[in-house]
Amino acid sequence: MILVITETKLTAPGKFNPASLEAVAAAQQLGAALQLPVAAVVLGADDAALAGELATRKLAKVVRLQNPALGAYNPDVWVQSLVQAVSQLQPRYVLFPHTYQVRDYAPQLATRMAGALISDVTGFRVENGQPIFLRPMFQGKWAAEVAFTANSAPGFLTVQIGAFRGDQAEAGAAAAPLETLAVTPGPSPLHAGEVFQEAKQAVDLTQAPIIVAVGRGIKEPKNLDLVRELAAALGGELAASRPICDSGWLPMDRQIGSSGQTVAPKLYLAVGISGAIQHLVGMKGSRTIVAINKDPEAPIFEVADYGVVGNLFDVVPALVTALKNQA
Amino acid sequence: MKILVCLKQVPAKDAPLKLAPDARWIRDDVSYEVNEPDAFALEEALRQKEAHGGEVVALTVGPARAAQVLREALAKGADRAIHVEGANAHLLDSYAAAEAITRAIAGESFDLIFTGLQSDDGGYGQTGVIVAELLGAPHATIIMRIEPGGDAKHIKVKRELESGNFQYAKLPTPAVLTIQSGINKLRYATLMGIKQAKNKPLAQVSLEEIGVGPNLNRQTVLRLVPPSKRKGTTMITGTPKEQAAQLVEHLRNDVRL
Ligand SMILES: Cc1cc2nc3c(=O)[nH]c(=O)nc-3n(C[C@H](O)[C@H](O)[C@H](O)COP(=O)(O)OP(=O)(O)OC[C@H]3O[C@@H](n4cnc5c(N)ncnc54)[C@H](O)[C@@H]3O)c2cc1C
Ligand SMILES: Nc1ncnc2c1ncn2[C@@H]1O[C@H](COP(=O)(O)O)[C@@H](O)[C@H]1O
Repeated sequence: MILVITETKLTAPGKFNPASLEAVAAAQQLGAALQLPVAAVVLGADDAALAGELATRKLAKVVRLQNPALGAYNPDVWVQSLVQAVSQLQPRYVLFPHTYQVRDYAPQLATRMAGALISDVTGFRVENGQPIFLRPMFQGKWAAEVAFTANSAPGFLTVQIGAFRGDQAEAGAAAAPLETLAVTPGPSPLHAGEVFQEAKQAVDLTQAPIIVAVGRGIKEPKNLDLVRELAAALGGELAASRPICDSGWLPMDRQIGSSGQTVAPKLYLAVGISGAIQHLVGMKGSRTIVAINKDPEAPIFEVADYGVVGNLFDVVPALVTALKNQA
Repeated sequence: MKILVCLKQVPAKDAPLKLAPDARWIRDDVSYEVNEPDAFALEEALRQKEAHGGEVVALTVGPARAAQVLREALAKGADRAIHVEGANAHLLDSYAAAEAITRAIAGESFDLIFTGLQSDDGGYGQTGVIVAELLGAPHATIIMRIEPGGDAKHIKVKRELESGNFQYAKLPTPAVLTIQSGINKLRYATLMGIKQAKNKPLAQVSLEEIGVGPNLNRQTVLRLVPPSKRKGTTMITGTPKEQAAQLVEHLRNDVRL
């Protein structure tokens, strides 16, 4: 059997984290290739609503873990509960969406169960009956084919966000049977507080039709005027990769990516941004993506519609001039 | 507080990464630097020590060249360093790397262990959490702030969550924290620091001595392949002026600028 562990949305319990359905789709595809049935596990607040939704998918069963401690997320509670569930259900593979929550506990769960966690999986193929998984390495500049060794049983996997399509999670012919499994996690020494947002977002980049985003290729804060001019010439908003905001060169509410905003404008122009996955998840839904980067191998070109290999300090001023001339 | 900081040496950000002949790793003849979040982890450890006293120990698992990240850590203010040396350290998975780290510090007791949240080369994002599991210590991940936790036995940390969300958590020491880039502002080593570093202890232990090698791996990289393109990208060539003119033309048609 293949188990997929789903997760509720951080700020909206009762709703799926959309990455959960992507993990279900990945599990179904792996199950089809290996001829293994797929079951889903739900745990956490409002699991009943999620279990109902999951049951409409093509799954052998949906298992709800039950314990009063399974309200808000806690790593120890999750690990102990899932150790019990995995021991009982005996899956060959356990899949998770690659969320912040999963990053927090899945390595611990895998290690405790004498397994490996292959993280950030983007695809797989089967060779001689054994699956070989694909995951990014070197910040996406290379991909690695990875296998579990004989030391790992079962195999744990996290599925990269956006690598599989949630809307391709197959629907079932009939509702999947629901089961409950009582678990008995012990206490945790860690006490977590409420989830909160730092400050009110001053700019809502999600509404901007045109975004010019700048990355570390800009080198120094004084060079930001260059991209400001470009944004002005295009009538767009300025945004940035994380290191630019970390350094305080632009405010945090202009950060695009997994820890910042997710946008899908009609035009996204990435200037001096390498295209790390945590940046890509925040912008790859944009309708037209332009990348300007001096490195022809930069992963940003993999999602770009138009790629300009060149020195941004030459290309951007030329672009500003060209835009002004055509206006 | 006694703090261990795990520092990994990784290829420099702009290093061209060519495949090694066996295609399981990249060619070694590139420039290296300390993994970015690890640099922030070291800075945070130094700040904690400056605020509350104690000792900062830097540790790396890597080949001979990796000693450079330890010398830099000593120059910035770490008190001593441990080099877990092995020519095949790059072939260790996160579990085996975590075994190397915990075996190398067996017999010592740290109040806090810091790792970066993710390495730029392997990108596993796991080693710190596995270290915690092997030590039986609590952990907290993606840390953006560390404060005293009310008494000497607890700390309070600020965790980063998705999409601009955060959460505070309180946990007892000893604990393992995985540090996120941007938690603080990095310092530079001073000339004085570099001079003093020469007299600070740098202990060496080999992977063989502690019984760690790729044979412990629970997952293995078979080979590296180029990333798959998701889109048919139109590459625009020419002088910057020509590139700009072509791009504007395309955007006029596609985006109706
Ligand atoms: C849990 C987690 C969450 C994260 N969240 C986010 C997030 O929300 N958003 C985000 O952006 N990142 C995030 N990151 C960080 C992410 O992994 C990358 O480190 C980051 O996106 C890199 O930013 P960058 O592309 O600006 O810098 P780099 O990776 O350093 O890239 C700079 C690029 O500029 C190019 N360049 C340099 N000079 C020039 C020049 N003269 N002309 C043209 N091009 C040039 C280089 O070729 C390079 O490709 C997160 C990481 C983690 C682990
Ligand atoms: N070989 C190593 N030497 C020292 N620290 C390491 C090593 N490998 C991983 N780490 C630590 O673990 C963190 C996460 O690495 P990873 O699990 O590979 O993404 C890094 O940021 C380092 O702090």
